[in-house]
Amino acid sequence: MYSTSYHRASSVADAVKLLKKAEDGKFVSGGMTLIPAMKTRLAAPSDLVDLRHIAELKGIRISGKNVTIGAGTTHAEVAANDKLASVCHAIVHMASHIGDPHVRHLGTLGGSIANNDPAADYPAATVALGATIVTNKREIAAEKFFTGLFETALKDDEIVTGVTFTAPAKCGYEKFRNPASRYAMAGVFVAKGKDGVKVAVTGAGEDGVFRSREIEAALTKKFEPSALEGMTVPSKNLMSDLHASADYRANLVVVMAKRAVAAANA
Amino acid sequence: MGVEGIGARVARKEDKRFITGSGRYVDDMVVPGMKHAAFVRSPHAHADVKKIDTKAAEAMPGVIAVLTGKQLKADGIGNLICGWMVHSKDGTPMKMGAWSPLAVDRVRYVGDAVAIVVAETRGQARDAAEAVEVTYKERKAVTSAVDALKKGAPQLHPEADGNLIYDWELGDRAATEAAIANAAHVTKMHIVNNRLVPNAMEPRAALGHYDKAEDHYTCWTTSQNPHVARLVMSAFYNVAPENKLRVIAPDVGGGFGSKIFIYPEEIVCLWASKKAGVPVKWVADRTESFLTDAHGRDHVTEVELAFDDKHRMIGLKVDTIANFGAYMSLFSSSVPTYLYATLLSGQYAISAIHANVRAVYTNTAPVDAYRGAGRPEATYLLERVVETAARELGVSPAELRRKNFIREFPYQTPVIMAYDAGDYEASLEAAMKAADYAGFEKRREKAKKAGKLRGIGMSCYIEACGIAPSAAVGSLGAGVGLWESAEVRVNAVGTIEVLTGSHSHGQGHETTFSQLVSDRFGVPIDSVSIVHGDTDKVQMGMGTYGSRSGAVGMSAIVKALDKVEAKAKKIAAHLMEADEGDIVIENGECKVAGTDKSVPWFQLALAAYTAHNLPGGMEPGLKEGAFYDPTNFTFPAGCYICEVEVDPDTGVTEIVQFVAADDFGNIINPMIVEGQVHGGIAQGIGQALLEGTSYDPASGQLLTASYMDYTMPRADDLPSFSVSHQNTPCPGNPLGIKGCGEAGAIGSPPAVINAITNAIGNNDLTMPATPQTVWKALHAATKH
Amino acid sequence: MSEVAMVVNGRKVSGAVEDRTLLVHYLREHLGLTGTHVGCDTSQCGACVVHMDGKAIKSCSILAAQASGADIVTIEGLADGADLHPVQAAFKEHHGLQCGFCTPGMIMAATDMIRRHPEGLDEATVRAELEGNICRCTGYHNIVKAILAASKTMAKAGKGKTKKAA
Repeated sequence: MYSTSYHRASSVADAVKLLKKAEDGKFVSGGMTLIPAMKTRLAAPSDLVDLRHIAELKGIRISGKNVTIGAGTTHAEVAANDKLASVCHAIVHMASHIGDPHVRHLGTLGGSIANNDPAADYPAATVALGATIVTNKREIAAEKFFTGLFETALKDDEIVTGVTFTAPAKCGYEKFRNPASRYAMAGVFVAKGKDGVKVAVTGAGEDGVFRSREIEAALTKKFEPSALEGMTVPSKNLMSDLHASADYRANLVVVMAKRAVAAANA
Repeated sequence: MGVEGIGARVARKEDKRFITGSGRYVDDMVVPGMKHAAFVRSPHAHADVKKIDTKAAEAMPGVIAVLTGKQLKADGIGNLICGWMVHSKDGTPMKMGAWSPLAVDRVRYVGDAVAIVVAETRGQARDAAEAVEVTYKERKAVTSAVDALKKGAPQLHPEADGNLIYDWELGDRAATEAAIANAAHVTKMHIVNNRLVPNAMEPRAALGHYDKAEDHYTCWTTSQNPHVARLVMSAFYNVAPENKLRVIAPDVGGGFGSKIFIYPEEIVCLWASKKAGVPVKWVADRTESFLTDAHGRDHVTEVELAFDDKHRMIGLKVDTIANFGAYMSLFSSSVPTYLYATLLSGQYAISAIHANVRAVYTNTAPVDAYRGAGRPEATYLLERVVETAARELGVSPAELRRKNFIREFPYQTPVIMAYDAGDYEASLEAAMKAADYAGFEKRREKAKKAGKLRGIGMSCYIEACGIAPSAAVGSLGAGVGLWESAEVRVNAVGTIEVLTGSHSHGQGHETTFSQLVSDRFGVPIDSVSIVHGDTDKVQMGMGTYGSRSGAVGMSAIVKALDKVEAKAKKIAAHLMEADEGDIVIENGECKVAGTDKSVPWFQLALAAYTAHNLPGGMEPGLKEGAFYDPTNFTFPAGCYICEVEVDPDTGVTEIVQFVAADDFGNIINPMIVEGQVHGGIAQGIGQALLEGTSYDPASGQLLTASYMDYTMPRADDLPSFSVSHQNTPCPGNPLGIKGCGEAGAIGSPPAVINAITNAIGNNDLTMPATPQTVWKALHAATKH
Repeated sequence: MSEVAMVVNGRKVSGAVEDRTLLVHYLREHLGLTGTHVGCDTSQCGACVVHMDGKAIKSCSILAAQASGADIVTIEGLADGADLHPVQAAFKEHHGLQCGFCTPGMIMAATDMIRRHPEGLDEATVRAELEGNICRCTGYHNIVKAILAASKTMAKAGKGKTKKAA
């Protein structure tokens, strides 16, 4: 790791102030992606502004079907929230399968979406759920928030403070994990709500999370795994690497979508 | 057998320190004034080193020294060597290229070390290593051994024309070709044995300490054989004479072969310690381990297995290309020759065998022994071709094997080895029963209804352990003898220290070796201490690898115990005025058989040291040493059965059951033996399903250089294993032990692949059978 | 440099560290607690697992400065004096370790796992929960056995609920 300067923020306002003073600073929340990247010298921020101790970023609030999750909420906290499970089981299921137990104890929702790793799970969930990303400056629709590999609509001094969404009637998430890293190689979040069917795919797209219009169309007709029987999705714009060619990923997207629908209907 | 004697399931003595966080690994060592090292490594697979500018690095904070290969050479440090001479079939010696611990003119793989930086902290050393400016002129690289043999391929070493290290053969070519020509059936296959990275969980590390006052070096290193490290560093690398070099391998976090070899880093840390005037510690990070630990396997083979009309094996022809990487590692030459081709007869009576092996340089990490070393490659080859032949012949795989089993011992194979004992049928029967082989079709039907493809596969392996008779390996080119040493010291109060040249890095020697002593004298294992891993304490030893610590290391202890017992009996007889032949030592007492006369063990020991009343002419003390040189290899064997379910939608293979039935000869501690089998199987399943090492063919970059891309077996990749033993004692050593350390890794890969190919109906499947690979093979099969 | 202060194995510790110092290096090099190991660079092997404020975390993926103010328990602090923690005892009894390098992380992960599953554990759950811990020696067979056994012992003793940070 290169040298860096550590700062602990006590509030969102404090965090913004600390970052503004830094030459090339970065916010760190759970640090589950950033610290490993710094260790391997792939990231070298001059300053780290730690958001983990900011009370206002934490917590899950549920009112009817309306859910707000604070950006500082860990994956373990989301995974263990029974009330959230009764409203939107899929997001709880998803959180309980991010990384491993130790990573889930530190990793946060805010860190996951602000980093927008192409294999992260939360981007798929927020897009499919039609969630709104709330920052210290504004509210952004999830679909507009993720702009490319590791790219988001966030400005330098903008901090994700939380995510809000209305739980859909049905939703499900299934992922196929990269055998080595255990990150998603194809993760599909399906949701059937007021605005119809939304299907978001992570781990597979060259530009990160994307909506599969083909699967959405099929599931709009019939929200059943059988609706996807025999269908293929284009492999163009899918990632191809050691572990999975674009063709194989395209297959996995359909298979995971089927399983996600089955889970949503269960 | 006592509660702590031979055959007892004794909980391990060494566990206490490991479960409380008190183990002492190299990275835990702190020497006053110690500084930290980082290596500057080549980012290119193949390049000329034009210039190394250390000025900027030297000016960085905390930097004490930046040292290069030129300085190393000027100080007379020698090149690394391969210690086993293999001759090509034309009689010429193997072509060994120079391997400088720090590259001087040329780098030949990504990770090749070119300089060392010593600094106050690890972070500062790494910062400065990045600031060393090396000017490279890139050359074309080649990573596949098959490509490296082609005309026009980039050439690695001037010594090895066409990158060919040797072109070696074993067996009778004419007889084998004739058998194939006259065969009723020939099964032909193209078999690739995938390159693996050993991945001991403790990364390699070295701490070099030069003591100016004594002109003496100490090296703490992650080694499976510290004495060999000292020998080689003294005799070949010119680090220091043996009496001025102490090598200590403290707790070592796994080896699996990768810590047998002497690497550049320990040599350079010792040299740098003198040069920089400070103790120098280096600890590899995981990516450094991936880049520079010796890899394993990496064979490409064409094989033909011929049968007569009664389905008897009459000829086996093998043509193998073995990738050696950029340099010849310490024992590399022996792996695809004397540890591979000599095992090609497997458990079968095959009348004619011929193997041709070409060893080849490529721009990849050096390749050497990894758990099983040559024997997994032989077993995978043979057991895949046998299973495939059964399918082609339309006979049951078990029947085809049974028909060809060797049943009379000793049995001389056509490829050097003389098997001394075994009962292959017993293991096959036991495995089939444990796996409910007969009930498989029902399970297959049930799985089919659930949308899964179920398959079953078996593998009957044999290996040669107890490495090895010194004269025999000497005649085959080994540079060292492969005996083992032991010393048993009975202290004046009766506690006992056993000094051994074996080295434990997970095998539990502190427990099993103590069990031997407890069994012999009836003393509690807590009164026995095992001393190992330090060249100042143990005079000489050959270390631990090739499942040799039981068959060879413990045999040496038995010899020393024999001498101690003989002397103790003489003293006891003298003290009790009895006949020496009537003395029995048990339960911590020396007794006169048939009487109530006895002397407690501690009192006898005291008598040996007070020397007030010893038999006339006897020297005081009770301490004996022994060297044991094996008379033959040992031949563990067994049968493994794997049952899988393949998800046709994703290609995911689930191992639904895995059965191992092994013949290890006599067993000292069944719990530890089972643990060895479990671990071996996990590595074998890892090779079969998960672990692939991938270099980019154009750039020579290692694509699988971390756990992000190299798939390590995790708990949820594996089932619990069913393990049993059908032991025939080994006639060749005093304990009847064959060895158990490598069997799991040797026997399991073909069982897994045979099961998957059975499930998907396609014999054309390469390891690792990742979900994508299986999915593609399945689709290729259904298209037919 | 940062001033860090925390409680480690029940003892208050403090000191100045380079900001880039990882918690694992603070524990090993500043406090001499070398039971916590480093086995990879990518946060996957779990040899470095310790408990922070009662939860298992990877000490290689957090700066010492980030952990300042926390209550840390390492493998050295798990046993109750001379009495082994039930998970430590089970690893020994069931031969759940060989070379010992991954063992501290395994044991710290296992105690956390048992804490999170007061309802008890089955083999599939244990295997899934070990995703963040890699062992190269045991094939996990006896690790799984040890954790299941410890979980039962602790449920009987009621320790799963009362023992702090374990």
